Amino acid sequence: MSAGVGVAPAAAVDAGGAKRAPLAGPQARAGLALALPSVALILVFFFGPVLYGAWLSLTDFDIYALADPSSVRFIGLGNYAHAFAETDFWNALRITLVYAFVGAPISVAVSLAAALLVDAKTTRWKPFFRAVYFAPVVTTLVAVAIVWRYLYQPQYGLVNAFLAKFGIPRVDWLGDPHWALPAILVLAVWKNFGYNLLIFVAGLQNVPRELHEAAELDGARAWQKFWNVTLPELAPVFLFVSVTTVINYFQLFAEPYVMTQGGPLKSTNSLVLLMYEQGFRWWRLGYAAALAFILFAVILVATAAQMWLQQRRERAA
Amino acid sequence: MRDFEREHPGIRVQVQQIPWTAAHEKLLTAHVGGSLPDVGQLGNSWISEFGTLKALVPLDPWLAHGALGRDAYFGGIWDTNVLDGVTYGVPWYVDTRLLFYRKDMLARAGYSSMPTDWRGWKACLRAIKEHGGPGRYGIFLPTNEWMTPVVLGLQAGSPLLADGGTRGAFQEPEFRRAFEFYLGIFRDKLAPAIGFNEIANKYQELSRGTFAMMVTGPWELGEFTRRLPDSLQTQWSTAVMPGPNGPGASFAGGSSLVMFHGTRHPAEAWELVKFLSRPEQQVRFWRLTGDLPARREAWADTVLTADERTRAFGDQLTHTVPCPMVPEWEEIATRVYEQADRAIRGATSADSALATLDRLVDKMLEKRRWLASRRAAGAKKS
Repeated sequence: MSAGVGVAPAAAVDAGGAKRAPLAGPQARAGLALALPSVALILVFFFGPVLYGAWLSLTDFDIYALADPSSVRFIGLGNYAHAFAETDFWNALRITLVYAFVGAPISVAVSLAAALLVDAKTTRWKPFFRAVYFAPVVTTLVAVAIVWRYLYQPQYGLVNAFLAKFGIPRVDWLGDPHWALPAILVLAVWKNFGYNLLIFVAGLQNVPRELHEAAELDGARAWQKFWNVTLPELAPVFLFVSVTTVINYFQLFAEPYVMTQGGPLKSTNSLVLLMYEQGFRWWRLGYAAALAFILFAVILVATAAQMWLQQRRERAA
Repeated sequence: MRDFEREHPGIRVQVQQIPWTAAHEKLLTAHVGGSLPDVGQLGNSWISEFGTLKALVPLDPWLAHGALGRDAYFGGIWDTNVLDGVTYGVPWYVDTRLLFYRKDMLARAGYSSMPTDWRGWKACLRAIKEHGGPGRYGIFLPTNEWMTPVVLGLQAGSPLLADGGTRGAFQEPEFRRAFEFYLGIFRDKLAPAIGFNEIANKYQELSRGTFAMMVTGPWELGEFTRRLPDSLQTQWSTAVMPGPNGPGASFAGGSSLVMFHGTRHPAEAWELVKFLSRPEQQVRFWRLTGDLPARREAWADTVLTADERTRAFGDQLTHTVPCPMVPEWEEIATRVYEQADRAIRGATSADSALATLDRLVDKMLEKRRWLASRRAAGAKKS
């Protein structure tokens, strides 16, 4: 080991000149040795479980298998066929798509709007507002859920009391299958937008001031500046934020879990919630694993589509 | 607990409280992690699941030389603790469903007491409906609850599942008869075709006279006292479920004391189970929580039998039938009301709803059939 480190500087100079075979030389060996612990960890704790999950998804691993491992049967793609034949699955998929393609864009828009406000020249106490908007992100969801359940309470809740001022009749936010999904979305957006807000603020601070000044000299109005200067400059940040947010909303679990448990009438049941219920409520671990892989495929496709859209825009620009 | 520790100076009991909604997950993860307590309270619909997982200690050897036994308890309730002939729990408190009704509305319709059979029940509902006029019903049976159709099926003698819990028996004549009766209540508009979510406040609707009865459980004794207006407090009562011919059965629910697998203090744990099962402790628990005692002797307590509303529960408990003891039961039960709901709303006929139900349930129980056939093949070989 010490010999390897000793010759490293010489090897580095050497490597700078010509391309070398990746696994030759003492430097590479040292590099491998240094990388090995983390690679091993990834292999054991990431690829191991993923492969195990893939195998599970091809079996009927269930409560009987937990008691007697010999009762596991290999059923090929049976779990996947079962999922595609179930109305519960399609319902959960539809709701998950709503979370991802309605919830995530709203969340990103709210984050961006709030970031513009926080970053505006005329805003005072910027750190204060940043902290306020970030506070929901670091608050425990369970505590937040209790407060929001009070807000949404149909008879005494603040939300209904506020709406009543405008003559809007009472809504049973979490009990009505039509309103529970929007109610959960509002909570999720409120809870999570602060994180993206910080990323947007950082992005906004990196937009060169000269560009704005130049636009102002050219007589651009505020929204023109936003559209032609701020937004294009934010594009990379925007892509990052939208991809991660969409993925997060695909995996939405805690909010519906603590607020409605997927109800009423499964109207807020996301795929992850369905997976959880199938896996840990009914012990169909094989089926739940199959659901996980379906969700993985869906997320993969959605993310690839986002990247592709972004690339096309860049090429057009 | 302090009394128990005083009696057994060598034993110290640590009590951990967990809310019902989290109990199932907490106990299962504890089972996987090997950190289950010595003794626990388990909803008896979970016994089959935990029994299948081998998380419970069979209690038969302990019961063999002790004062506790099936005779001391309500039979139907005791049977919810027996899985494939092995006893895994001792009933602690009990739960069942029966009718809560408004005496004044029955009286106005010409009834001085609750009828005890299906025919009389339906006639009574019809009389109340006619007396009440439009927008009024006889009874509230939430369409998204499995309890009532299942209880009616049990009353009609349906085993619900056939062949050792490996197939649905919903198309058999017994369940079909109960199902027709249940659907008939909605067809004749004696009950509104709505679920829990579509009614804002059932206590309010009952006070208002939208309906005169509902089928519900013992916790409602307290809720009715708290939530109904003072003027109605003397006007409500409870009655045993009407059956096909005379007083009918209801389902056997409640909670049991179990010993978890891996306990290091089985003898002490058993002492605690015995202590908590004493009649005087059961009555004490009832006073504290309102949960009805499982032991028959405890019902000799005058406070329990003095009140006609509690007494009806005592009567009902002598007629209880357990639901099928398979781990899939809770999920099967949700399928029952889903199909019943479709038939009530006219989306399908009764026949095809039951056929669908059997098909779904058969699919769910496929593993059990396979396990049974494998067991049979193994038995033949040896």
